[in-house]
Amino acid sequence: MSGVRVLVGTRKGAFILTSDGKREKWEVSGPHFAGWEMYHLKGSSADPNRIYASQTSGWFGQIIQRSDDGGKTWIQPGTPPGEPTTGPGGMPKGESNKFVYDISAETGKPLTTHQWYDGTQHSWEFKRVWHLEPSLTDPDTVYAGVEDAAIFRSTDGGKSWHEVSGLRGHDTGSRWQPGAGGMCLHTIILDPSDPGRIFIAISAAGAFRTDDAGKTWKPINRGLHSQYIPDPNAEVGHCVHHVAMHRARPKTLFMQKHWDVMRSDDAGDSWHEVSGNLPTDFGFVIDVHAHEPETIYVVPIKSDGEHFVPDGKLRVYRSRTGGNEWEALTKGLPQHDCYVNVLRDAMAVDSLDSCGIYFGTTGGQVYASANAGDTWAPIVRDLPAVLSVEVQTLP
Amino acid sequence: MIRVVLPPHLRTLARVEGEVELNISGQATPRAILDALELRYPMLRGTIRDHATQERRPFLRFFACQEDLSHGLQDAPLPDAVLSGAEPFIILGAIAGG
Repeated sequence: MSGVRVLVGTRKGAFILTSDGKREKWEVSGPHFAGWEMYHLKGSSADPNRIYASQTSGWFGQIIQRSDDGGKTWIQPGTPPGEPTTGPGGMPKGESNKFVYDISAETGKPLTTHQWYDGTQHSWEFKRVWHLEPSLTDPDTVYAGVEDAAIFRSTDGGKSWHEVSGLRGHDTGSRWQPGAGGMCLHTIILDPSDPGRIFIAISAAGAFRTDDAGKTWKPINRGLHSQYIPDPNAEVGHCVHHVAMHRARPKTLFMQKHWDVMRSDDAGDSWHEVSGNLPTDFGFVIDVHAHEPETIYVVPIKSDGEHFVPDGKLRVYRSRTGGNEWEALTKGLPQHDCYVNVLRDAMAVDSLDSCGIYFGTTGGQVYASANAGDTWAPIVRDLPAVLSVEVQTLP
Repeated sequence: MIRVVLPPHLRTLARVEGEVELNISGQATPRAILDALELRYPMLRGTIRDHATQERRPFLRFFACQEDLSHGLQDAPLPDAVLSGAEPFIILGAIAGG
C-alpha cells in the first residue's frame, strides 16, 4: 500500500513522520540532529530514499546532511567519517558544507555588493542554506538557496557546491537588500516541462527566472506593488515570501508576497492580485492541490507587525478558482486562543488520490488533512517551532 | 599527545565521545591542533574556522590552563601542560540564552 513520509525541520532538530495511504496513524522518528536548526529537508523525486537536509547553527555554521535510506541514517556527503580526506590525485575531497561565492575572473574581486539595511553597499557573506531543491531527474543533482541570497548547485550528491553566479551577477544585485529575516533565497522551483527553466525568489529582491539553466536570469516582478519600498512598482526590491506551481501548468505561478496573494499565467512575466476576500493578505505559505491546478491554499497571518493568525483562529484558506474567491478551512484546527505563525516552507501536499495537505506551525504542531483540507488533525502537537514541512508520496 | 575537548554538538558531528587525543608533529600551536583535528575529522571543517577566511567562528573560544587563547597568535606555542597532556585544549561554544 502506498504511503507518505513527512519531513519536518524545526528550530531544534528534524523529525520524520510516516503513515500509510490512509494517513490516520503515524510513526514519529526523531529528533534527528538534535539541538540544531534544521531549515529544510527535501527528498529526491528521482529516488525517494535520497533526502537532503540543511543543518545550521549560529555557533558552528552550515552542515549538509544526506540520507540514502529514506532518513534512517545520515552522512555528511563530502566528508564521511573514516574515509581518506583526499582523492586519488591528492586533491582534497569535496567539502559538503563549503559554500564560497564566485569572484570576478578578471579582477579577483567580489562579483558585486548588495544594499545593506542603511542603504550602503555591503559584501555578500554566506550564512546558511534556507532551501534545498533536488533535481527532478538526477538524485545527485541538487540546488541550494542560501543567505546572503545566491543559488548553488551540487552534481555529486552534495559533496561539493558551486555557485550559479549568473543570478547574483545580474545587474540588479546591487539593489537587493535583506528583509527582516535576512537576505535569503528561499524558493527554488524547477520547471518539469523545461530543464533549462528555474524560478527562484529572494527576500527582499523579488522573483527571478532563468531559461538557460542558470547562465542568465531576469527579474519577473512586473505587476507586484509594494508600498513599503521607494518605488512601489520597482523592478526589484519586493519581499516575495513564497511561490508555488502545479506540475501540469508550469506557466501558472502563485505567490504569497509580504502583503498580497498574486498570480501569473505567463511564467512570471506579469502578475495580478488574487487576494480577493481573504481576511488579510499577509502570509508566508502558499501551495497548490496535487490534482487540481486551480485549487490553492494559504494561511493568512495578521500583519507584518503581528506574525500570528488573526482573531486567535488557525484557518487555512482554499480557493478552487485560482484565487479571488476563498473559503476558510477550520474543521480540526484551533478556533480560539491560537497565536502561531506558519513559515514560508512549512506547507506541502502529497499526490495520493485524495490529496493530502500538511503544514507546521511555530507552536510545534504539524497538521494533516487527507481530504484536501476539508478536515484536519494534528500528527504531532509539541515539536520545537517548525521551520519547514515537505512530504514524499511513497509507492 | 594533546587532549582536545570539543563542544557537545561537534562531538556528535565527529561521532566521538569524550576527549579527542591528537599527536602533533612539529610545533604544537592552536593552528596545528585545528589542522590535525580537521584532518582526522573532516566533517568538522568549517565548523570551528570559517571555510573561506580560516578565522575562528565568532561564538567559539579556545581555552587552556585557565587562559583564553582565542585572541592570541594562532602560531604561538601552547603551554607545556597542554603539550604534555596534563591539561586539555578546550574549544568552547559561547553560552547563550536566558
